Amino acid sequence: MATKEYAGKTVETTDDGYLINASDWNEEIAKEIAKEEGIEELNDRHMTVINFMREVFEKTGEGPSIRKLTKESGVPTKELYELFPKGPAKKAARIAGIPKPKGCI
Amino acid sequence: MAEQIEKVSIIISRGSLEGVYPGLIMANGARMEGIDVTVFFTFFGLDAVIDKRMDNLSVATVGNQAMRMPGGLKMPTLLGAIPGMSAFATYMMKKEMEKIDIPPVREFIEMISDTGAEIFACKATVDMFHLTKDDFCPQVNEIITVGEFYEKSQGASIIFT
Repeated sequence: MATKEYAGKTVETTDDGYLINASDWNEEIAKEIAKEEGIEELNDRHMTVINFMREVFEKTGEGPSIRKLTKESGVPTKELYELFPKGPAKKAARIAGIPKPKGCI
Repeated sequence: MAEQIEKVSIIISRGSLEGVYPGLIMANGARMEGIDVTVFFTFFGLDAVIDKRMDNLSVATVGNQAMRMPGGLKMPTLLGAIPGMSAFATYMMKKEMEKIDIPPVREFIEMISDTGAEIFACKATVDMFHLTKDDFCPQVNEIITVGEFYEKSQGASIIFT
């Protein structure tokens, strides 16, 4: 476990940088984590993905699989990989402030 | 720390449902990690990308020593040969996979292709079975030789399934 400062707020994170408490999250924090992941600006489509992930997490306690994400959020696989290059599931989860995905799909 | 894996080449050589899925799951999983992926279908593995066959792959119930019956008892090979047994095992496996969000073969191939992975068919097998590019689903990028496969796999870890 570690602590990090994002947007003037000290938050607890796992060693690989995922927020421990999803409730610490806000959009300003998301923007700063996104920068660390190499995404300079979060646009509407990024936010669609992030908000969908947070919604699923709040309901189920787990982030969605990529399949569920692409089917239900309205962001197709191709676009998802463009929005979050080099590992959409993990990156989007980290920016969304939810735990690292556990599924294989 | 050891160097991260940047690229994998996955060979899928078997055409049964349980022969095809491990390679597909590994291909998709690699893309999810940001790893570059090439998938090479060869021999009976080609069935997974042949348009007319890919929706009808089935589980091999004969000669599969790990095959169990519902309840967990080992399935004797002769029982596995009874008509309908493979269909039943296939039905069961598909049902369980759907539960954990593993897509059917066609959807999975589309998904993997959309992630930016490249999909190839083996020329030797295509010639052997008298197939053409038209027999394949549109996600197959190209029919390539073994030599081309190695060229495309430069710098990749090669995984044979």
